[in-house]
Amino acid sequence: MGVAERNNVVVGGRPDGTPIVFAHGFGCDQNMWRYVEPAFRPSFRTVLFDYVGAGRSERSAYDAERYSTLGGYARDVVEICEELDLSDVVFVGHSVSAMVGVLAYLDDPARFKALVMVGPSPRYIDDDGYTGGFSRADIDELLDSLESNYLGWSTAIAPLIMGNADRPELGAELTESFCRTDPDIQKRFARATFLSDNRADLARVAVPTLVLQCSDDVIAPVSVGEYVHRQIPGSRFVQLDATGHCPNLSAPKETIAAIEAFLAGL
Amino acid sequence: MTGEAELATPTGTPEFFDALLEDDPNELYENAPCGYLSTRPDGTIVKVNQTFLTWTGFRRDELVGRRRLQDLLAVGDRIFYETHYAPLLRMQGMVREIAVDVVLSSGERLPVLANSVLKRDAGGEPMVVRTVLFDARERRSYERELVAARQRAEAAEARARELAQTLQSTFMPPVALDIPGLDVAGAYHPAGDGSEVGGDFYDVFPTGRGTHAVVLGDVSGKGADAAVVTALARHVVRAEVFHRPSPAGVLGVLHEAVRRAYPERFCTAVLVEVAAGDDVVLTVCAAGHHLPVKTDGTRVDRLGTAGTILGMLDETHLQDRRYSLEAGETVVLYTDGVAEARRGREFFGDRRIETLVAGGAGRPAAEVAEGLAAAAIDFQDGRPRDDIAVVALRRPS
Repeated sequence: MGVAERNNVVVGGRPDGTPIVFAHGFGCDQNMWRYVEPAFRPSFRTVLFDYVGAGRSERSAYDAERYSTLGGYARDVVEICEELDLSDVVFVGHSVSAMVGVLAYLDDPARFKALVMVGPSPRYIDDDGYTGGFSRADIDELLDSLESNYLGWSTAIAPLIMGNADRPELGAELTESFCRTDPDIQKRFARATFLSDNRADLARVAVPTLVLQCSDDVIAPVSVGEYVHRQIPGSRFVQLDATGHCPNLSAPKETIAAIEAFLAGL
Repeated sequence: MTGEAELATPTGTPEFFDALLEDDPNELYENAPCGYLSTRPDGTIVKVNQTFLTWTGFRRDELVGRRRLQDLLAVGDRIFYETHYAPLLRMQGMVREIAVDVVLSSGERLPVLANSVLKRDAGGEPMVVRTVLFDARERRSYERELVAARQRAEAAEARARELAQTLQSTFMPPVALDIPGLDVAGAYHPAGDGSEVGGDFYDVFPTGRGTHAVVLGDVSGKGADAAVVTALARHVVRAEVFHRPSPAGVLGVLHEAVRRAYPERFCTAVLVEVAAGDDVVLTVCAAGHHLPVKTDGTRVDRLGTAGTILGMLDETHLQDRRYSLEAGETVVLYTDGVAEARRGREFFGDRRIETLVAGGAGRPAAEVAEGLAAAAIDFQDGRPRDDIAVVALRRPS
């Protein structure tokens, strides 16, 4: 099985354009970029994918050991770039994928041209002199929450035949596949994400980097975004008006504009 | 009309209208048997019903315009909200039956099941989220029990698998096979996912009189019951070989042991006594088992005669046959997991085995044994339906 099939890679835009790879975070799949990616098609070669274990990736390729650390997810990114023979890649990572992008870049620096980090956090748990926003107990509670939504979750991913009365264009077929993930895989991804500590990797980033920070983001607070900005030499920091953790869904226009402005200045 | 009971309060009576008037839309909203919240797309609460206030102990003015729905959740659930609930709601316009804990004004927690619908304006922009919350204390404790039961079941399954694998590993020698002057190796693959112990075994050990014994067998059935017989078979052979120089004699004792102790079980086996000096002489006895294959790469022979299955009939016919193993020749013993590997109606079969073994003559024994096992597994698309055991024995040229 090829990497493209394994990771449900979807390529769009201009075949001769600069490649822009969009990576989803913990909790969902490439659908997270559905309001953002189309804006880049006219001038870029756009690449969407699902990490193995998420969305419509090939479930049989899931390797519990490989995907128990963020390094395994970074391997997915590098392998996708290799398979598509991409160079000068602009990598746009949401949430935990912002750090996955850093790891992929460190793995194969020559391939990447720029990093866009949407709501990044190099470490979610507080440490001496560092505020990540969470305690270890909070993360255990999240794992519990995933566990107690085991039953609810299977309902949430079941085909929702009622569709969207007010947005019929989304249809029933799509709703069925949103954010499908096996609960065990979710928990392993949650652990890999929320127990990670990649602070030391930030200073090694030597490509143009944009940090996109939401206002009022519970998962990646402003102070964490500022920390990332300070640690990555020469990075740009843009504070969005958007609130919450998913500006790619809640404020796609603002997100697109910020990325476009950054890329135009490269 | 038949089968319909007379209503206690027929429509049109004063009591009927009293109940109907009492349940006007506002009353229904405020005191519904569930919590209602209306929020902005970012979660800010814009309207809340009395039921929710009563449950949580908050005043209306503490919530409306001041708090977001996610602010009322326990921290772990807040992450779940941001990573699952909000994205799903935004993309599919609704989420259902999400289990979260609301933190009450007292600090206590109320487990609820939440359903939300996103209402968009005429331009398609998100306008308001309507959320209904159901008190789910009973259901959640029941579900937690289910989750705990599932975890216990998974742990029990893991223990059973580990036990099966430990038991299975005792059916194979714990150390690399060794016969001085010869190259010898074994391969074993369990059926399916390896969670159940199978009946195949093999062993290679010195007899105490300068020769070595090579045994490979298969006990009928699977699971713990079969494993007991497999252990018996392996130990009887180990013990009897020391004072019986005849493989047929040893297998005869095994026959009696199985027949007396486990009348409902039987087994097949091949026992080879290997005398490796200047010449290498093999004494072979097969009991209801596929005959070993001997090859120099061109010529293919079967060793031994087809003896009776052990533990099945009263009478046995078991015979020793002697062969010399020349330099460059290889002998392969295998269980029916190889020969009877199936793809649809087709068996892997003796012909394929002979071709493979002949093709591998001259290669290291480990390659021959693993190669044959791997070919049988591939033949079944990677999912062996029966255990596979192979022992290869080569006299280097």
